[in-house]
Amino acid sequence: MTTGAGDHSIVTRGLTKRFRGGQVAVDDLHLSVPRGSVFGFLGPNGSGKTTTIRMLLGLVTPTGGAWELLGAPMPGGIPAALPRVGALVEGPAFYPYLSGEANLRRYDAADPAADPRTASRRIALALERVGLSAAARKRYRAYSLGMRQRLAIAAALLGPRELLVLDEPTNGLDPQGTREVRALVKEIAADGTTVFVSSHLLAEVEQMCTHLGVMRTGRLVAQGSLAELRELNAGETAVVRVETPDTAEAASVLAGLGLAGVRTGDGEAGAELGAVAPERITAALVAAGVAVRGLAVRRPSLEDVFVGLTGEGFDVDG
Amino acid sequence: MSTVDGTGIVTEAEPAGKGATAGSGPAAVPERSSGGAGLRAVPGGLSAGAREQAPASRPPGALRAWWRLLGSEAGLTFRRPRNLAVLAVLAAIPVLIGVVMRLFAEPLAAGAADGPGNGGAIFAQVAGNGLFLTFAALSLLVQLMLPVAVAVVAGDAVAGEAGAGTLRYLLTAPAGRTRLLAVKYGNAVLFCLAAVSVIAVSALVIGLALFPAGPITLLSGTTISFAEGLLRIGLVVLYVTAGMAALAAVALALSTLTEAAIGAIAATVVAVIVTQVLSVVPQLSWLHPYLLPQWWNGFDGVLRDPVATAEMGQGLLVFAAYTAIFGSIAWARFTGKDITS
Ligand SMILES: Nc1ncnc2c1ncn2[C@@H]1O[C@H](COP(=O)(O)OP(=O)(O)OP(=O)(O)O)[C@@H](O)[C@H]1O
Ligand SMILES: [Mg+2]
Repeated sequence: MTTGAGDHSIVTRGLTKRFRGGQVAVDDLHLSVPRGSVFGFLGPNGSGKTTTIRMLLGLVTPTGGAWELLGAPMPGGIPAALPRVGALVEGPAFYPYLSGEANLRRYDAADPAADPRTASRRIALALERVGLSAAARKRYRAYSLGMRQRLAIAAALLGPRELLVLDEPTNGLDPQGTREVRALVKEIAADGTTVFVSSHLLAEVEQMCTHLGVMRTGRLVAQGSLAELRELNAGETAVVRVETPDTAEAASVLAGLGLAGVRTGDGEAGAELGAVAPERITAALVAAGVAVRGLAVRRPSLEDVFVGLTGEGFDVDG
Repeated sequence: MSTVDGTGIVTEAEPAGKGATAGSGPAAVPERSSGGAGLRAVPGGLSAGAREQAPASRPPGALRAWWRLLGSEAGLTFRRPRNLAVLAVLAAIPVLIGVVMRLFAEPLAAGAADGPGNGGAIFAQVAGNGLFLTFAALSLLVQLMLPVAVAVVAGDAVAGEAGAGTLRYLLTAPAGRTRLLAVKYGNAVLFCLAAVSVIAVSALVIGLALFPAGPITLLSGTTISFAEGLLRIGLVVLYVTAGMAALAAVALALSTLTEAAIGAIAATVVAVIVTQVLSVVPQLSWLHPYLLPQWWNGFDGVLRDPVATAEMGQGLLVFAAYTAIFGSIAWARFTGKDITS
């Protein structure tokens, strides 16, 4: 296990949380989040993402294990580390009778490392970054769901941050808002800030992440860079599928090319692609007079890795 | 690359040096360029701009940060409509008492004179000197109205933030648990002072408007100047504030036990009422000196000459003990608590 003093923003060693009542929400977690990475923290509902984030930020005391944030051993390092961490935990929470701006001022006042003389400027900048400048003076009560989510992101951007921890930042946002958050995360990461972002959907974070960690029922079942995770199902080969009425002929052509796992179905034939180039298959099928309606090559995707790791089930674990 | 197998053991399959490439930054983020953005890219970005300036401005002193957070707390408390309504009610009651006494002064004073304790004696004096209305109003309101007002603010202090979810953001700011609790208590004491002062000032103004002013004849028979009378009102305000501050510590401790502010407020008020009931049961007289409300109107001493300090001194000791005990309970509970709201 890496010690991660300098090259990792988050390191956990055997982090465990057993809630009173016996529920083990997080079980023996060994996370390593490289500095400068955009780390997608994936897992289905109830897999322990939010509990992990609460432990990392010192809100919930782990029942086992140790962790470091920005090189500081926690929880002793809270005063030193947390001013450099922006956090969005389980959705926005603000004072409904205050304006968006006054809400940010309130949270800024709680940070002993924040300079009150630059507060107005930093608040205006954070609001501008999330596109809320126009609604700065509006009461939070009157904000829409998406505006609330944006304000929560603005609160995480109040100071110079080395690490952003975002728990489902696109929750409640429309597709446009989701794209905007992605662009913002990319832009923040380009400044060298590490971003730790949780989601239950791979598709939401895949495009912005450099690294992934996958949770299932409180356990980390995989972590690494995108390329490393893709390798996880390198053993599985691509498959080719031919849509045709002449299934038997197609199957014999595929077998003739030396493909393994040839099978026929209703109006289609398929096989494992192996080392054969798809264009050779097309040519062979045409030469054999097979009526080809369609030909598809399906390569194993990250999504398959994710589904393989977390299961496809609809039921919430635990 | 590390994967975790079924037993939770991390298997490292990472060639040396790979960590460095991984940490080399998000240059390889495979995202296609995103479309138009309502999330605007600010020229010179926030982090960059703030970073260049962060080292230049030295970190604000710890003391200044405390004052800033206390100012923020007070701003929330004294701007919140509910709390302002509570203060308005506290200001209105002395007016009501004053008007009623003006209209029915004679029978009321006669009836009150045979009531228990010195409260009756104080009431009897009001018709003769307006300053006494302040003492009368405080000795009346300190029984229940003032404690309810204090419970509303101090009971809400932690539970209200927990219930709204704002507590998690204050703590990740990071406000610091001990610091946040201390500031919340300081703010509650400020509110106690404000509530007591509002009653005193309102009673003083209406008392002087409706009744004669001038030198005061004390309960002990001696006469003191009007200015000295004001000074003694100041002493009473401080004493009652100390008594309410002790209650605020109790309410704060209850506030750390729940995420429902109304529960902490109600529990505080119920505790006050139960204690009031206990304090009139003669069989429990051995217990009475330990009950907080028993000491709240122990300020008759200022109406004697010289000021009788013995009872007030004991009262202050009781207040200090309650504050220390319940403050410790609140601290122990709050610093060890899982924030799951
Ligand atoms: N305060 C609590 N007391 C007991 N169990 C809890 C508590 N908070 C969470 N849990 C349990 O811990 C598990 C993990 O919850 P957590 O909120 O961390 O999941 P999550 O991955 O964030 O899920 P989601 O995607 O729905 O947000 C769940 O089974 C949940 O029931
Ligand atoms: Mg969650």
